[in-house]
Amino acid sequence: MLETKGIAKIYGTGPKATHALEDVSFTVTDGEFVCVVGPSGCGKTTLLKCIAGLMRPTRGEVLLRGKSVVEPPEELALVFQDYSRSLMPWSTVRNNVLLPLRHKRLSTAERKALVAESLGSVGLTRFIDHYPWQLSGGMQQRVAIARALAYQPAILLMDEPFASVDAQTRGDLEDLVLRVREQYGITILFVTHDIDESVYLADRVVVLTHSPTTVKEIVGVSLPRPRDQIATKELADFINLRGHVYRLIRRELTPVTSVDAVPNSGTPV
Amino acid sequence: MSRRGDQAVKLAAEIAVPIAIVAAWQLWAVNRDDPKFPPPSTILAKFQDMWLFSEFGTHVVPSLERIAIGFGIAVLAGIVIGIPLGLSRPARLWTMPHIEYWRAMPPPALLPISIILLHSIGNLQKVSFIAFFCLFPVLLNTIDGVRGIDPTFLETARSYGLGRLERIRRVVLPAAFPQIVAGMRNSLSLAVIMMVLSEYFSSTSGVGYVLLISKNTFDFGPMWAAILLIGVLGYLLNALFSIVERELLAWHRGWRAVSGG
Amino acid sequence: MRNACCGSNLRCCIHRRVRLRRITDVLIFVLSIVAALAFWEAISRTGVISEKDLPAMSTTFSELWDLMQTGTFWHALLQTARGWALGLGVAAALAIPIGIVLGSSDFAARAFRVPIEFLRPIPSAALIPVLFLTLGTTLQSEIFLAAFGAFWPLLIQTIYGVRDVDPVALDTARSFGVSTFEGLYRIKLPSAVPYIATGMRISSGVALILAFTAELFMGNPGLGQKVNVAQAFGLENQLYAYALATGFLGLAIHVVSTAAERRALRWHPSQRAVTA
Repeated sequence: MLETKGIAKIYGTGPKATHALEDVSFTVTDGEFVCVVGPSGCGKTTLLKCIAGLMRPTRGEVLLRGKSVVEPPEELALVFQDYSRSLMPWSTVRNNVLLPLRHKRLSTAERKALVAESLGSVGLTRFIDHYPWQLSGGMQQRVAIARALAYQPAILLMDEPFASVDAQTRGDLEDLVLRVREQYGITILFVTHDIDESVYLADRVVVLTHSPTTVKEIVGVSLPRPRDQIATKELADFINLRGHVYRLIRRELTPVTSVDAVPNSGTPV
Repeated sequence: MSRRGDQAVKLAAEIAVPIAIVAAWQLWAVNRDDPKFPPPSTILAKFQDMWLFSEFGTHVVPSLERIAIGFGIAVLAGIVIGIPLGLSRPARLWTMPHIEYWRAMPPPALLPISIILLHSIGNLQKVSFIAFFCLFPVLLNTIDGVRGIDPTFLETARSYGLGRLERIRRVVLPAAFPQIVAGMRNSLSLAVIMMVLSEYFSSTSGVGYVLLISKNTFDFGPMWAAILLIGVLGYLLNALFSIVERELLAWHRGWRAVSGG
Repeated sequence: MRNACCGSNLRCCIHRRVRLRRITDVLIFVLSIVAALAFWEAISRTGVISEKDLPAMSTTFSELWDLMQTGTFWHALLQTARGWALGLGVAAALAIPIGIVLGSSDFAARAFRVPIEFLRPIPSAALIPVLFLTLGTTLQSEIFLAAFGAFWPLLIQTIYGVRDVDPVALDTARSFGVSTFEGLYRIKLPSAVPYIATGMRISSGVALILAFTAELFMGNPGLGQKVNVAQAFGLENQLYAYALATGFLGLAIHVVSTAAERRALRWHPSQRAVTA
């Protein structure tokens, strides 16, 4: 379904240029849930933007269902971390969820149905005529997810979507994403810095190095589904996998000189 | 309760002070007995006589028409020009020298020129004059509003495949709208002033024309009544605008309250 | 933009790119003006707009140049500038203190809210006939007109500025035993300065417009009067030349007041987007 080949993103020129990404390659098969973790500042968001077609990689390419990604593809939906800056404050929840459907050829009835269905999946039917800022952070993120779902994508990209949300809500949202995936059968690429979360959710975990970023290891997660916040996390396998991923990352976190530290925003070329 | 007592005193002052001012003015004017400064009672009487409603149609309506059309054109042009300029730095580089020159130009300097170029002292010239100068507050605020849009909104729209025009319609315009409205408010007060100036300079109808005629005939009654009318018009238009603004920007107030500005 | 860098120095690389950008910006600025002037020349010379109605760019500029050699031109310019300065000065001398009082005292603000709301919308321009028939064509009427108009934006901005003080800063001062009076003027005033600077910028423009208006409509000596006379005698070249000069005066005042405002705003944490 999705293939990234040797993605590199370099900001600036010359020997002191910022190498956000060096060589990132992995694949995602249909229906898979893949998590991407890595040390802070290793360019996870940059990678996601390249995959989503919002940014062009300096080298390498992204193939979605065999076609090269140069601009946001039709079959892909993105959920940002900062919901307050991605949900339009001037529109109601209903109109926010409708936004991606505007340019699709659908009848009004079909659109209405999609909106109702996706809001139902995230449990926010009651708030359809509220404004996003009237809702709590967790609810706003659910709206963002509903919006992505209404779009009926083949693959869902999520950029640390639960980072700005409190821990208890995060658990609920994680389960929501799993449920939704079951229901719609979509492929999910999920970027996070939370190791527990990545193992809990994923079929496979892609572990990135620090800058210049490549793929350190891809860890398979064969925990039984459906997952449970308590039961799954008590399993020995979970603890081992989690420890393994943690160690991989911790090795990446060994003292880093200022030369290698990657600022999150360089001078885009 | 001290606080309620406090509020009551303030409310009393709010009512008493204007009344006191008007009363003092009345006494002073009656005492002075100067035809140049008639007392409020005379002015109000003249006001009611002229504007409600004998000369309303002859003068107030044309003036309001000119304001409405001039303002309307200015707002439309300001938004239509302002959005592309806000989105494109090269476009701004080429146009800003001119925009800065014309927005700093004192409008009355162009009154004679507008008459010469347009060969008219009628509605065409008035509306053009009003529209031209009322353009700038809207234009500048639109540019600022568009430039200040959080890029995440636009990225979200892009990621959902919205085309350029759609993005402008569904993201740029609503996001910049609060700032545009601020510009519109300035433009509206400016429109009243431009209307008065252009009519006073040369016209055959309108409130400014009444001012001119009454000056020429040394007739202070109509003069003060006209001044009062202009003030009332300005006040009413502003109040009307505030009401519309409150409706249109309800979402903005709510959002700001939650996200702390 | 990928440049060949000077050595391996990243800072040099950035500076070079920034300098190049600045040079292109200036170039575009100049080209833009040149293009507009050429356009003006073309429109007039080719008769798209008759040369009688719109004198050519070259004619207007040469007329302006000739005028600038005369004493009357500079006399007029200085008279307009004087009307502007005095009008603005009077407005500031009144608006800032009154604004501070109204901003500091909720009682005063409430008491005078209604009169202010009613006087504010009265355009200075509407007072022209009254001034003409009472004070006549004197400097006083020009100053009154300019001051009346410039007063209101400055008053409103000053009130906002005094009100916008961070209450925490005030409380901190008070807890250190700073007297109300002193603390108010050490804390409230400095934090109100950016707002006042914005108000001064807006009021500058208004004062110029009104000084010119007084001259144009009442015949007070100055650029406005020159424009009026030129118009009355059908001297289009002169009319345009004086209008052009007025535009430059307006631009100069705008640039200076904006620069002053920017300096005053530099340290202020919040940026207000007030455009007038």
